[in-house]
Amino acid sequence: MALPVRRFDVIVVGAGGSGMRASLQLAEAGLSVAVLSKVFPTRSHTVAAQGGIGASLGNMSEDSWLWHMYDTIKGSDWLGDQDAIEFMCRMAPKVVYELEHFGMPFDRNPDGTIYQRPFGGHSANFGEKPVQRACAAADRTGHAMLHTLYQRNVRARTQFFVEWMALDLVRAADGEVLGVVAYEMETGEVMVLQAKATVFATGGAGRIFAASTNAFINTGDGLGMAARAGIPLEDMEFWQFHPTGVAGAGVLITEGVRGEGGILLNCNGERFMERYAPNLKDLASRDVVSRSMDQEIKEGRGCGRNKDHVLLKLDHLGPEVINKRLPSIREIAIKFANVDPIREPIPVVPTIHYMMGGIPTNIHGQVVAPSGGDPNAVVPGFYAVGECSCVSVHGANRLGTNSLVDLLVFGRSAGDFIVAQHLDRAAHRELPKDAGDLALSRLARIDTNAGGEGTAAIARDLRDAMQAHCGVFRNHELLSEGVRKVLEIEQRAQKVTLGDRSRTFNTARVEALELDNLVETAKATIVSAAARRESRGAQARSDFPERDDREWLKHTLWYREGNRLDYKPVNLKPLSVEAFPPKARTY
Amino acid sequence: MKFRIYRYDPEKDGAPRLQEYDVALADTDRMLLDALVRLKAVDETLSFRRSCREGVCGSDAMNINGKNGLACTTNLRELREPVELRPLPGLPVVRDLIVDMSQFFKQYHSIRPYLVNDTPPPEKERLQSPEDREELDGLYECILCACCSTACPSFWWNPDKFVGPAGLLQAYRFVADSRDQAINGRLDDLEDPYRLFRCYSIMNCADVCPKGLNPNKAIAKIKDLLVKRAV
Repeated sequence: MALPVRRFDVIVVGAGGSGMRASLQLAEAGLSVAVLSKVFPTRSHTVAAQGGIGASLGNMSEDSWLWHMYDTIKGSDWLGDQDAIEFMCRMAPKVVYELEHFGMPFDRNPDGTIYQRPFGGHSANFGEKPVQRACAAADRTGHAMLHTLYQRNVRARTQFFVEWMALDLVRAADGEVLGVVAYEMETGEVMVLQAKATVFATGGAGRIFAASTNAFINTGDGLGMAARAGIPLEDMEFWQFHPTGVAGAGVLITEGVRGEGGILLNCNGERFMERYAPNLKDLASRDVVSRSMDQEIKEGRGCGRNKDHVLLKLDHLGPEVINKRLPSIREIAIKFANVDPIREPIPVVPTIHYMMGGIPTNIHGQVVAPSGGDPNAVVPGFYAVGECSCVSVHGANRLGTNSLVDLLVFGRSAGDFIVAQHLDRAAHRELPKDAGDLALSRLARIDTNAGGEGTAAIARDLRDAMQAHCGVFRNHELLSEGVRKVLEIEQRAQKVTLGDRSRTFNTARVEALELDNLVETAKATIVSAAARRESRGAQARSDFPERDDREWLKHTLWYREGNRLDYKPVNLKPLSVEAFPPKARTY
Repeated sequence: MKFRIYRYDPEKDGAPRLQEYDVALADTDRMLLDALVRLKAVDETLSFRRSCREGVCGSDAMNINGKNGLACTTNLRELREPVELRPLPGLPVVRDLIVDMSQFFKQYHSIRPYLVNDTPPPEKERLQSPEDREELDGLYECILCACCSTACPSFWWNPDKFVGPAGLLQAYRFVADSRDQAINGRLDDLEDPYRLFRCYSIMNCADVCPKGLNPNKAIAKIKDLLVKRAV
């Protein structure tokens, strides 16, 4: 079937922080750019980021991008690529100042500079003491940033396709990416959006787990599309558990609470982080804090009737600090935990929060995959930025605040790189005859299946399986049983049956399409986790408790075809400074 | 728990109807959105928008027992049964609880919702005192959910000409920003019998805002500035 085609210089899929930072660069350079988003741009999940943007402005005390770089490498448990980490930490102050110039309502210091707060794993002088590096707009930094970027895109007249879902990539026979097939939710229409460069900024996939801080829309759509197009996914075993999700509800409580002085307590009222991380204590990096909390709960020192959570105490900060610096946290605690943190502690548990892995890229946002002996050969025409990408700056564990700076730095960098290609002078290639086939066959499958289960039941079982088999602590038995379950669920997902056949705003169809992407992401995650026989960053194996640099200082690559794994070396060579060689990681 | 929900699929329904639902909830179902997600697992045709489920994205605004609010931050225990759910009033219905928000966003875009400052920026941040920054509190937090504008009778009558409370709140967000240089232009643009002055301080906007913001207060400040400018 011949689909209608619309042509642009560049298509950006996703209108969160990285997508809109990229589109801004492109639109301001005069390229024709279309941004697709499943939701109105300001509803993208960047909006939920709370604590801050990491950048060594040094507004509170001395700071340096080199210290930020060291903290990031150490936080990554040496799995991060040091060229990309240097690039990001050096660029961080510049992109934060730019954001301020765009109108971002940062909190301010008495001297008028941007307010910065302490955050987990951020230190001065290579781990010596905590440093205030997180540039904050109260506890609504992501909201303020996303709205500012949208506003700036309105000014640049960026063209948005709101409530459009990309279904699959279009690739030429030689592998060049030529755009996407997309679905307009309001009308049910399908169209090819052709471009000379296609940028994925589709965000995370936390919805593969049952307990997640992530929004409903975080279903790994970019990962599913890339995987189906034969592109590998990198380091998917590394998922961050945020230490402080509201127990039961999963809603995020920012690390900024601990940055402002909040502490974690077990059922004995003990500040247990002093035992696990004597130096940075509650502000150790997230994998360390989450594991410590889990350990406390496992050893019977959890709180509440079921001893299944710990407490986040902040009443000692006083109402003034809470109302000024953490107003939304108070609102969330009252609404979702039934406690007013001015008086009582908040019950919290480690909760899935962030995907360190993703579509492999270089620092220009170009997607790379092994080819002809080069582990990082560029896939022409294809870019990925933000959480869906793996550049890799976060390695095995992301530092708090580094997600927002990642969005800004690499969104901008990809935009700049594409602008320098002078795409407006290039012609569109001819589309292959089968351009729409993959997407149309998925739609046809979903629309004609009968007698299978609905999306909700299958997705619930997938989430429960991932939660039970791919959690904070992992081992061989759990993981191999989990792989088996996930592959079984994949078979059920193939037969998913729609209970709604309407063309008009059919959210059931959208959820069924998302299910395919959840399944690919879950497979990549658990297969990669089962294969990595070591503990590093967010991957904690009780059967392999040590980091093993001799065998495992390498990136995982998962391919959908054959459910197969490959590996590539970590880049331990920064761009201009001396390397930080792996060493023991203590906080 | 019992619900009566506005249903309309233009492909099937000649006219909108109210459908009754009775659904068994789990202990963990706390908010109205939890109940809607549970309902959708049973009846996939029930259509509504949702995303963050914590009150920051603004997707799931709807009319809940006669009052606009967010499904994800409305506690089920506070709702009288049967819970009657309707789409936001005054905007065209696309399907069920999903409205066409074009007119709402058009008004938001009309107020030039971005900082205007043509002075070349310094190498670092533009300085702003904490006091000047405080002027933006209660303004920048808007999530564009449209609860306020679609609760405003003036917006119902003139959605094409009256900016509406959400847009005006954002207009004042930029007027109040010490870094913005277009204050006069912004005031000129609003000095109009419709764009600003259709606000009659009915106060529905402040009453329904799920973020506790007060557009009416911002509108009053714009009016003050216009008066001061005239004398």
